[in-house]
This record gives sequence, structure tokens and C-alpha cells, in this order.
Amino acid sequence: MAMLRMQRIYIYALIKYCKDIMEMLQRRGVLEIENIDLEDSVFYKEDTSSIRAQYSGFVTATREAQEILARIAPRKKGLLSSFAGREQLTRSEYEKLADEAPEILRAAYDIISDQKNIDMNEAEKVKYQAQLDMIQPWLGLDVPMNFSGTSSTRAFIGSFAGSKTSTEIMTQLAELVPVVEGIDLEIVHSDENQTCVFVLTGIADADAVSDALRRIGFEYPSYQSPVVPRQREKAIKKHISNREGRIVESLQNIKLLASYAEKLDFLEDYYTMKAERYAAFDEIATTDNTFILTGYIPAEDAASLAEELERDYGACVELEDSDTDDTPIKLKNNAFAAPTEGVLASYSYPDRREADPTAIMAIFYYVFFGMMFSDAGYGLVMALACGILLKKFKHMEAGLRRSMKMFFWCGVSTTIWGLMFGSFFGDAVSVISNTFFHTPAPAIPGLVVPLWLNPVDDPMKVLMISFLLGIIHLFTGLGIQAFNFIKRKEYLPVIYDVISWYLLVGGAILALLSMDMMGNMAGFTLPPVFLQIGGIMAAVGAVIIVLFSGRESSNPVIRFLKGVYGLYGSTGYLSDILSYSRLLALGMATGIIAQVFNLVGTILGDSVLGVIVFIIVFLIGHTVNIGINALGAYVHTNRLQFVEFFGKFYTGGGREFKPFKINTKHYTVKEEP
Amino acid sequence: MTEIINNSGLFLALLGAAIATLMAGIGSAIGVGRAGVAASGVLAEEPSLFGKVLIFQLLPATQGIYGLLVGILILSNVGLIGGVKEITLLQGALYFASSLPIAFAGLYSAIYQSKCAVAGIGTVAKKPDQFGKAILMPAMVETYAILALLISMLAIIGIAGM
Repeated sequence: MAMLRMQRIYIYALIKYCKDIMEMLQRRGVLEIENIDLEDSVFYKEDTSSIRAQYSGFVTATREAQEILARIAPRKKGLLSSFAGREQLTRSEYEKLADEAPEILRAAYDIISDQKNIDMNEAEKVKYQAQLDMIQPWLGLDVPMNFSGTSSTRAFIGSFAGSKTSTEIMTQLAELVPVVEGIDLEIVHSDENQTCVFVLTGIADADAVSDALRRIGFEYPSYQSPVVPRQREKAIKKHISNREGRIVESLQNIKLLASYAEKLDFLEDYYTMKAERYAAFDEIATTDNTFILTGYIPAEDAASLAEELERDYGACVELEDSDTDDTPIKLKNNAFAAPTEGVLASYSYPDRREADPTAIMAIFYYVFFGMMFSDAGYGLVMALACGILLKKFKHMEAGLRRSMKMFFWCGVSTTIWGLMFGSFFGDAVSVISNTFFHTPAPAIPGLVVPLWLNPVDDPMKVLMISFLLGIIHLFTGLGIQAFNFIKRKEYLPVIYDVISWYLLVGGAILALLSMDMMGNMAGFTLPPVFLQIGGIMAAVGAVIIVLFSGRESSNPVIRFLKGVYGLYGSTGYLSDILSYSRLLALGMATGIIAQVFNLVGTILGDSVLGVIVFIIVFLIGHTVNIGINALGAYVHTNRLQFVEFFGKFYTGGGREFKPFKINTKHYTVKEEP
Repeated sequence: MTEIINNSGLFLALLGAAIATLMAGIGSAIGVGRAGVAASGVLAEEPSLFGKVLIFQLLPATQGIYGLLVGILILSNVGLIGGVKEITLLQGALYFASSLPIAFAGLYSAIYQSKCAVAGIGTVAKKPDQFGKAILMPAMVETYAILALLISMLAIIGIAGM
């Protein structure tokens, strides 16, 4: 339960060390820079936009090159590679790669220009292909397409729409031109769309024939060339193969650069880092020879950073404790609780003036998750999967690692609850034993016989336990509220807003439990004396609430009415407590669905095929059940924390501590001690 | 006549199992379908959000499973799975009645949960870091399906003990 103490830091240093200091701060990643709003005759802000734009341009180019490479020479990725996290570089490896940056950038631009070459040649190829298609029908022609005749003849080269025979055309011509004998017609090509013809006639009849041809639908081709079609075809094919050659060449070039893939990753990180460093220059104020940087730093990191700055760069560092509203929040918890910080963060960071509830929340989180998932088999699968992944991938990203650790503990809790409820992949042990070995399963505690009780046999008892856990959860929330009041040295509100509710809700529960009606449900009754004790407690609590919950109003009538309305909040407690019935409902759902899959699996009984079917149904069914119920348990555990628990005390609204650091995608640099 | 009455007990119980499974199933089918359409839309722009939007799509899937759960509980209690039991008309009617909560609450909560899920998918598409909050809204709707499931289950377990 801890929020780190934050300090404001002021760094004054010579401008000649500015770049080095920025690089050092970025590498250390412990300081959040605050924009210093200082511009006058002495201080000014350096304009870094052009240099940043240049670096951003490099990043964009690198990404483009990466995409091209990924398409042409894809890298192999393992199934679990998303867990692997960023690769670690040592300081010297980093320096070496940084020296290579210009060369890698050249490779990136080479890849891009090769790709442009490919695109261009592909477009040319398409153009030539279209010409080739156009010339195809004319290949039978042994004169150029623009041949118009000799000194004594006229030639017409063109086509008719649709399929026509020479007789058809000649008959049509005969109707229009009286002397058809002088016309020589040759069908060059004919298909269902067009009929290509070569018509030769004496020069004397040329005009008449031309006219007649036009009237029966003759068209000149759109494509004409002074070369015989056969030769033209050859030329086009040569063009195409030329282009293809260039494409292959460019592809080869890119493939040769495939070894740069990892270096390109580095380059992207390298220039992103540089661009971000220059962006940070906007936050500082400079004079001609010095600069000022302000920010926040956790107290535990402050001293060593200040020392390094003073020793290596002759900077002057001032530190002061910061407790303003604007101070960012950094949480620190032990290994058991820290994984649930992410859950807290997804709701809101705590306000500076309240306690960090992570440690307490973590306990309830794991308990509730376990109870809703409640199967020893599923819990083991989950804890083992998370444990192995954590062990195998040492450099997993921090956020993912945190979730994995959280689900590891959730899995442990699930296993414990499963053993208590006697659920191991549902009733898998009994089912296998009965079906395939024809003997009742030995009474293995936890796996067959519950260590505590089976929720299906006694659901009311588990429901009562759920409510009890809920009441503990809610009362703990109220307790944290009291702690926050005391921390702020406000003592009376502890009585008005916390103890009053303890008395009212606690008293009401005691009274209810000593009534016969509840006795039937709960399976026990408290002695009648508790009815009186509970009644008195509840009454005292109610009176305090009526009198004081409206204390902010000075008007006594309004104050009283507000007090009565405050009492109405008790219905909220009723629904809050009932809300914990989901612990039973989801827990039973997991167990019963697991049993259903086991039952379906034994449908073919004891045979070779039956065993195979059982294994298949078992694997698929339980995988589905794990998926859907783990999701349910996760969502509803969050809900119980956010709505029921946080509703009792949590303000939130704190600002997360976001240090100036290296935001890379592929690599991290390991700091040498 | 007695035979008809006795047999209708079994029929009513089966009707209960059927209505629990099919109504909650219809609800989930509509819900998952709607959320899926929205999720695919987001994937077109942001394929990296697959894991997150998939969870939203799956949220309205649980009602169908609750319905299935109640259906199976009834079937196994009346002996349609496993050994045969005599079911009186009263018992059958009770089983039928106990299926109603999850049938109706399941149907409607799945549909309305999907509307929240669609909105949540929109939120995550714009602000992926707000996943934790966005997923809570649809989870609220689910509460009522869980309460209905609880009553249906408790009732069936109670009837079986009669």
C-alpha cells in the first residue's frame, strides 16, 4: 500500500551538455519532464521542429522499407513470439548499430527505390500486355497495319462487329457496289466479337468501295503501326521480357537487403528515440549558454540522478518535496499485489491524498477470481501456462508481464477453490474411472471428494459464504475510507460516515440472522438476544446517519431531509451484498458446464472409439469452458472491485507518472552497472 | 387419463429445458452477432485490437451458456440424460417455471448487453487504453442474467431434492 514520494527537480546546466543530459535522462527513464513556461528577453525555446520532421521522415521511410521487406522476404515468427518482448542490446552493441545508422538508412532508401522500380515496370508491363492483346487478331496479316495499297490498288484493313463469313460480306457489298469482281477480300481473323478483314481493290473503285464498306459497318482499327504485326508482336514480347527482367532484378536487390530487416527495426527505434528527445527540447527553457529543466522524480531515484548530473555535467540540481494536486503518482507494491496495479490503473490512479488500495484489493481480487472460476484443473492449467511463459520469456513487456503474474496468482487461487469444492476438470476423475475402468473413483481428496463442500449439494451454504465475503469486502472498503479520513486528520467523519454504516449494516445483519425466516435459508439462527443487540446497533447507526450525513447544509430542514436521504443509501448496501451472489453462480456454472462436457465425452462408452471421442471432447470442451469462464471471472471480479468496493471509498483521479524514457518497439538497451 | 397427466409432467420439464436454452440462445446469437459486426468494422482499421474487441464480442455469449446450463440441469434431473425417473405433473410444472428466469432475463440481457458492447468497441477503437472501463458497462447488464441463472439453478436443485 504505497505511493512513492515524489520530488520536484530543477536542473540548471550549460547548454553544451544539453544533448548529453537529455540522452542520459531518456536512458535512465526516471524523470517526468514538466513544461516550463518561461519566455522573455533572456529565456527562449529552441525551435526543433525541422530537425524533428527530418527524423520523423526517416522513421516513416524505415517503416515503408520494413513493410516492403516483410512482403518480399517475410521473417519467420514463432507462435509465442508476441510474449517475447523487446530484444535487449548491450551498450556497446547499441553504439555499434548507432554508428551504422546512415548505412542502414541508405539500405532503407534502396529498398524503397527498388520497390518503386518494380511498381513502374509492372505498370509498363501491363501497358505492353494490352498492346499485345490488341494485336493478336492481326497476326495473320503479312503487311503493316497502316498499309494503304500500291500505285494501282487500294487496301482497306479493318474489322466488322460480330462473326461474319466472306460470302456474307461480299453479298452485302454486291448490293451497294455494282462491280464486285475487282474486290479481293481476305478474312484475317474471325471470332464471335469481331471479324478482321483485308480488302483490296483497284484504285478506280476505291472511293465507291470505301463508301460501301463504311455503310455495312467497316471500322478502321484504333491501333495502327508501320510494322508487320508478327514483327510488332516480337518487339512487344521483348519489351515485356525486358521489364520482367528488371522486376526480377529489383526483387533480387531487395532480397539481398533482407539481412537488414533487424537493423531496420533498430533504425526505426533509433530515430523515434531521437525525435522524442528533440520533442523534449520544447519543454525546457534555454538562454544563450544555459538551460533549465523542471520535472518530477520519485524520491528514491532523485539522489543518484542528482549526483550523476553534478559529477558528469557540472549541473546544478535542486530538489524539493512535492505534494500538490498536479504531482504524478507512481505506485509501489510487493510482488504479490503489484500485478493488480494494472486493474487499479484501468479504473483510475489514486488521488494524492488517499491510500493506494492495491495491496488490499489484490487479496480480494485473487479470492474472488478463484471462487468464480473454482476448478483445480483449470486453475493448474492457468497457473502453469502463465508460470512457464514468465519463465521462458525473460524480456516480456512490463504490462504483459504484470498481467501474466496476476493470472498466475488467479490460477493458484482457482486451484485452491477447486480443491475445496472438489472440482478437477469438473468430475473428470470419477467419469473416467466409471466409464473406462468400471470402478468408482477412489475418494481422492480435492480431486473427487471436496475438501470442504460441493456447491451443487449445498448451494445455500455457498451463497451465504458469498454474501459473507461480500460483507467483509464492503466493510474493508469502509475501513479504507476511515483510514483516508484519519490520514487527512479528519476524525469526526470517521464516526459519521464509516462507523454509522458499520453499526447500521452490521446490526441489520445480526438482527436478520436471528430471525426464523433467514434461519431456513442460512441453516442456522443466532440466539434471540442478537435481535435486540442488532436492532440497537442499527438504530444508533441510523440516527447518526440521519443527523450527520447532511451536515454540509446549514439549513436544519434541508440538513434533516438530506440525512433521511442518506439513510436511503442502505438499499445500496442491500443490492451491493446481493451482488456477490455471482460468486456462487459463476462458480457453479464453471463446474456444471465442465461436467456436461465430461458427460458428452462418454457418449460412446468404453471402446477404442469411445476413448478417442472422449479425449477430443475433453480437450475442445474444456478449452472452450476455460476461455468463456475465465473471461466471466475476470470481468466480474473487476466489477466487484470497481463498483462495490471502490464505491465505498475510492476517489481516484490521480495522474500517472510518465517518465521521459526510451519508447522503442523492438529493442531495449541494457544499462551496464 | 392418469397416464396422460403423468407423461405431461415430463413434457413440461422438457419444455422448460427447451425454452431456457432456446430463448437465452437466441439472445446470445443476436448479441454476439451485433457485437461481431461492430468488432469487424474496427478490425478493418485497427487489426491490432483483435484481442480486445473479441472479448467485447464474447460478452453477450454467456447468456446462451447459462441457458444451456439450466437446460442440461433439468434434463439430467428428469432422467433424459442418464437414468430414468418418474416425473409428476407438479414436478414438471415446477421445472418449467424454474426455467423462466434465465429464459427471459437471458434473452433481453444478451440483447441489451450487446448494445453496450458495441458502444464499448467504439470506445476501445478510439482509446484502446480505456479497455478496463469500457468493458465494465456491458458487464453491468450481465448481472441480471447471473441473478436469473442463480434463481433458476437454485430452484432446479431444490426441486430435485423434493
